[in-house]
Amino acid sequence: MPKDVTDVICPFCGTLCDDLVVTVSDDNKTILGVKNACAIGAEKFNHQRLPGRVTRPRMRQADGSFKEITYDEAIDWTAKMLVKSRKTLMYGWASTSCQAMSIGHEIAEKVGAIVDNCATVCHGSSLIAIEDVGVPSCTLGEVKNRADRVIFWGCNPAHAHPRHMSRYSIFPRGFFTVKGHKGRKIYCVDCRYTDTAKCADEFIQVQQGYDYELLNAFRTAARGEVLPDTVGGVPKEKIYEIAEDLKQGRFIIIFFGMGLTHSMGRNHNIDIAINLTRDLNDFTKCAIMAMRGHWNVTGSGQVLGWQYGFPFAVDLSRRDQARHQTGETTSVDLLNRSEVEACFYIATDPGAHFPVDAMISSSKKPTVTIDPHIQCTTEISDIHIPVAMVGVEVGGCAYRMDNVPIETRKVVDPPEGMLTDEELLTKINHRVDELLLAGGA
Amino acid sequence: MEKKITLNMITCRTIQQGVGMEAGKTSQKYHDACTIIQMHPDDFKRLGVWKNTNVKVTSSVGSVILKAVETREDLVPGLAHIPMGPWANRIVPAYTYSTGEPCFKGFPVDVEVAANAPILSSINVLKDACGLLRK
Amino acid sequence: MSEYLIKNGHVFDPVQGIKGDKKDIGVKDGKIVDKVSSSAKVIDASGKTVMAGALDIHAHVAGPKVNAGRWYRPEDKHFDSHKKPGITRIEGGKSIPTVFKTGYEYARMGFTFVMEAAMPPLYARHVHEEIHDTPIIDEAALPVFGNNWFILEYLKNQEIENTAAYVAWVMRQTKGYGIKVVNPGGTEAWAWGLNCLTIHDPVPYFEITPAEIMTGLMAANEYLGLPHSMHVHQNDLGNPGNYKVTLDSLKLAEGVKPNNKFGREQVMHSTHLQFHSYKGENWGNFESGAKEVMDYVNKQKNITIDTGNVTLDETTTMTADGPFEHHLHGLNHLKWINVDVELETAAGVVPYIYDPDIKVCAIQWAIGLELALYAKDPMRCFITTDHPNAGPFTRYPRVYAWLMSKKYRDERLNTFKHADKVISATNLSGMDREITLYELAQMTRAGPARALGLMKDYGGLKAGMNADIAIYNINPDKFPSDGAAIEKAFANVACLLKDGKICVDEGKIVDVGKKHTFWVDAKVKENKQVKHDIKEKFLRYYSLTENNYSVPESYAPHQHIISVDATQ
Repeated sequence: MPKDVTDVICPFCGTLCDDLVVTVSDDNKTILGVKNACAIGAEKFNHQRLPGRVTRPRMRQADGSFKEITYDEAIDWTAKMLVKSRKTLMYGWASTSCQAMSIGHEIAEKVGAIVDNCATVCHGSSLIAIEDVGVPSCTLGEVKNRADRVIFWGCNPAHAHPRHMSRYSIFPRGFFTVKGHKGRKIYCVDCRYTDTAKCADEFIQVQQGYDYELLNAFRTAARGEVLPDTVGGVPKEKIYEIAEDLKQGRFIIIFFGMGLTHSMGRNHNIDIAINLTRDLNDFTKCAIMAMRGHWNVTGSGQVLGWQYGFPFAVDLSRRDQARHQTGETTSVDLLNRSEVEACFYIATDPGAHFPVDAMISSSKKPTVTIDPHIQCTTEISDIHIPVAMVGVEVGGCAYRMDNVPIETRKVVDPPEGMLTDEELLTKINHRVDELLLAGGA
Repeated sequence: MEKKITLNMITCRTIQQGVGMEAGKTSQKYHDACTIIQMHPDDFKRLGVWKNTNVKVTSSVGSVILKAVETREDLVPGLAHIPMGPWANRIVPAYTYSTGEPCFKGFPVDVEVAANAPILSSINVLKDACGLLRK
Repeated sequence: MSEYLIKNGHVFDPVQGIKGDKKDIGVKDGKIVDKVSSSAKVIDASGKTVMAGALDIHAHVAGPKVNAGRWYRPEDKHFDSHKKPGITRIEGGKSIPTVFKTGYEYARMGFTFVMEAAMPPLYARHVHEEIHDTPIIDEAALPVFGNNWFILEYLKNQEIENTAAYVAWVMRQTKGYGIKVVNPGGTEAWAWGLNCLTIHDPVPYFEITPAEIMTGLMAANEYLGLPHSMHVHQNDLGNPGNYKVTLDSLKLAEGVKPNNKFGREQVMHSTHLQFHSYKGENWGNFESGAKEVMDYVNKQKNITIDTGNVTLDETTTMTADGPFEHHLHGLNHLKWINVDVELETAAGVVPYIYDPDIKVCAIQWAIGLELALYAKDPMRCFITTDHPNAGPFTRYPRVYAWLMSKKYRDERLNTFKHADKVISATNLSGMDREITLYELAQMTRAGPARALGLMKDYGGLKAGMNADIAIYNINPDKFPSDGAAIEKAFANVACLLKDGKICVDEGKIVDVGKKHTFWVDAKVKENKQVKHDIKEKFLRYYSLTENNYSVPESYAPHQHIISVDATQ
C-alpha cells in the first residue's frame, strides 16, 4: 500500500513550505506523488526517481570522460586534496543540512579552508548591509497575521518563491488580517512588470539601477522634505502619495530580492532600504525581510555565525583565527584572483551560477563536487561524489528566510549504498585526521 | 552590414528556470528555459529580426548564442533579460566592487543576429569557456 | 571512570556550611564520594580554593538573537579572537562569543551550568542547535511566555489550569526548563509599535495587564511545581524612576507560596535588577534606587534576584524586550536589529558602549554593585552581567573583585570622569562590605542551584552531588589585597572537573566533557480545550505546522529530563 508522508518540508527555496504531502511506495523507494508543492518543489521530488541517476562517485579521465570509482577512493582523493592544498575554497552548503555543515567546518578548520555559501552571489550584499546598519524584521507568520502594507522591491516571488504570496504575504487571512488580500495594500517596485507586479495593487516601475535613489526619495518624502520632479523614473507626486499611505498602515513589510542585491550599489541599496524601514518605525510598525532564495543558505549563515561569528565568506586558512572580509574572502573574488589551490563544492552548482571568469579559474584547480545529481560543475570537476538528497532521502535542519529552523523529513530511502552528506563528510574528516597524523598527504 | 544594438542586461530567476534546474541541468526543460534572451518588441524592430531568432549576445567578458524572445513580464525598451544559468553567466562580468557579488544585473551587452549559430548545451557552454570542450 | 582525590584544598561549600576549612574531596564515576580507592589520582590543592562548579542563572548565550548579534557585529571579532592552547576550536568574539568560546570561557572561570535566559519557542530548534555545539558546560533554556497569545487569552479569563497545560506542552515541544517573562504585555504591544510601561497598562486588543500576566504565570508555575520559579524581566526596563514599577512587580509575589519537590523557596526570580533600580525623573537627575529595591527584597523571602552588573565594556545588548531596544537605538543610534515572532514574542539587538566617562554608565555600574552589597541573604542574590547586556560574562572575575575588595572598587569609583556626580547619585562610596569567598560560593553556586531547583546535584560538594569542581589559585589565608590578582585567579581555574573529568588544567582546555541539556517534562491532566486551541492556532495563525514545531531528540544528545507530575 502506498502511504502518505505529511508535513514534509520542501527542499527548494527559502520559503521552506512545510505542509507538503508526499505519497511513497510501500517499499519506501519511490515517490508516487507530491501534493501542495509549487511547480519547482514538485519537480525536485520528481527528480529523485528519474532514470539514469548517478549513484557512485565518478572520476574524470584525461580524455574528459568519467569512470566510476568507489566511495573509499573518492574519499581518499578528496582528503589528500584538502590536506595538500594550503587554501581550499569550500563553497556551497545551501542544499545540505546544518548538521552536515558542522562537520564540513571541522574539516575546514583542520585543513585551512575558506567556507563560503551561496549568499556570496545572492544576499551577500544584504548581509553586508546588516553588518553596517542592522535590520528590523519579523517572522513570516507576523506578516500573515498583521501586515496591511506589503512592498515587494526587486523581487519576484511569483517566479522565485511561488507559494510565498499565498502562504504569507498577499492572500492569507491571519489573526488581525481577517480580510486577507482585501485588507492589504500591495506595492511592487521593479524595473520589469513582473508576474508579482501583476498581483500588486500598485506597480512602481523604477529605472534599472536607480533603486538607491528611489529608496532615498521615500525616506525624504516620509520626512516631508522636498523632492525633484522625478526620481528613478517615478514622479514625485507618486512618491509622496505612497509615503503617506505607508504611514497610515498599521504594519508594513518590505520584501526585497536580487533586484537590490545584484544591481549597482549592492549593499548600499539594502542599507537605504533598511534605513527607510527604520524611519517608518517612527510613524508605525515596519519590518523588512530578504527573500532568501537557495533553500538552506540561511542555515549556513547561522551555523557559521555561531561557530565563527560571520555569516558567509569565512576564511579559516590561518587555522587559528576566522577572518571575513568581503572582496577578499568571498568566493568569486578568490577565484578571480586565482588565490585558492583547490576547490571543494558541495550542495550547489557554481558552474551554472558563477560568472564565467570565476569558473575558468576554478576549472584549473583540483576540484571535488558533492551533489546528488549531474550538474554543470560536476562535469568540470576531477571527482563527482553523488549523495542522498537532503530533505527527500535524508532529514536534517534547514533555516527559512526568516531564520526559523525546521527539521526536514526523510520521505524515501536513497538508492542502495548511497551515502548522505553527513556520512560522507564524517568519512572525509576521519581520513583527513589520519593523513594529518601521518604528517600530511 | 549586420545590425548591432546595445542593451542593458539583467539576469534573473524564472519559474521555468527553477523547474528546469530541478528537472536536471542536462534536461530539455532547463535548456529551453535558460537559452533565451527576453527583449522588448521595440528592440526587435531596432535589430530588425522576428522573435525566436538566434542572436549573439556579447558583453565585456564574452559572448553567447541565445534565442531572442518576447516576454509577458514586460520590459522597457533597452532593457533585456536572460534567465540565470551557465548561458547567462558566459557574459556576466565577474567584478564585485569588493562585495563578493558579481555584476549580474545592469551591464551593457551588444546583440546581433546569428540566425544560424548553434546554441550550446548547459555543460558544453561551460566546458567551452574553460577550454575543456573537445571539438 | 577514573577516581580523583582533591587533597588539602580550602573548601567553600554553603551546602555543608564549610567555610574554607581544609578538606579532601573524593570523586568517583562523575560524583562526589566520601571514600575513594587507593588508585585514585591525587590532585594537590594545597594553598588553593575549592568550590563547586559555578552556575549562571541568566545569560544570553544561544539562539536567534545571540547569533544575530554575532553575525551583524564583525567588529566584535577584532578582540581576542583566536585559537588557544589545548584541544580547542577557533575562538571568536568578545561580547558575543562563538559557541566554542562560550563553552571554553565559562569552563576556564569554573562554571559548569548556564541557563540560556530567553528562548522564543518558535526558534527552540535554533537554541538547541547552539547548545548542542557549546562544549563542556551543562545548559538549559527558558522559553518566553509573557507575550504569548495562548497565555494572554487564558489569563484574561484567569484560566490557570489551561495556562499550566499549555506551558507544559510548550516545555515538552521546545525542551524548555521553566517560565520566562520578558516585559509582560509590552512586547505584544510592540508588534504595533507600542509598549506597556507600568504593570497596569492594558495590552492592545488582548485587554489584560502585565500584573495579571505575572500573577497568572506565577500561579501556573506553582500549579505545575516546576523546579524553577517564574523568571521575570519587568516592565519599564532601563528608564529613570522605574524602581517604583519594579517594587509594584515584586509585590505581586506577596502571599504566593512555593510548591515544588526541589527545595526551591522563591516564587519569583527577578532578573538583572540593576536595570530596574533607577530613581530620578530623567538622565540628568538619574540616581540609584538600589537601597529601596533591596530593602524590599531583603524582607521578602519568596523572591530571588540577580544583579546584572555593568562591567564598563563595549557590548551588545539583546532582549526579548523589543520596544526597549528600539528606544535604546533612539538614544545611541547604533545599528538596530528587531525580530517580531508570531504569536509569541519579539527580540531586539543594539550594540552599547558603557563608557566610564559617561555619568549614567558609571551610576549603572555602581547600582549593580550596590544590589549585591545590600543583599542580606546571599542565597537569594546572584551575580550576573545579564550577559551580554550589562557586559560580557567573561568579566565575572572583575565583578567579583569589585565586590570582594573595597579598595579595588573605590579606585574605580574615584577615577570616573564625573566621580563627584556619580558618588552623590549613589551610595556605593559609603559601603564597606566586602563579599567573602563563602558568600561568593552562595551567590554563584549554592544560591542559583537552589533557585533553579538543581540543589540535589549542583552548587555543593557533598557526597552524591555532581563532581563539578573548580579549584582556584587563591589561598584564603593570604587573600590577595590587589584587585587585579583576584580577577586573574577567578579568570583561570587551576583545575576544573566536570562530571568527574578534568576539563580545564591550569587554564588550558584538556577535555570537552559530555555536556547535558536539561529540560523539564511536566505531566498534566489531559486537557482537550488546550489541545484544541493548539491545533486551531497552528492551522490558522502559525507559519509552520504543529508537527514541525517540536525539537527533535537528536538536538539534545545527552539530555537530562526533570519530571514533575501535576496530575494530582
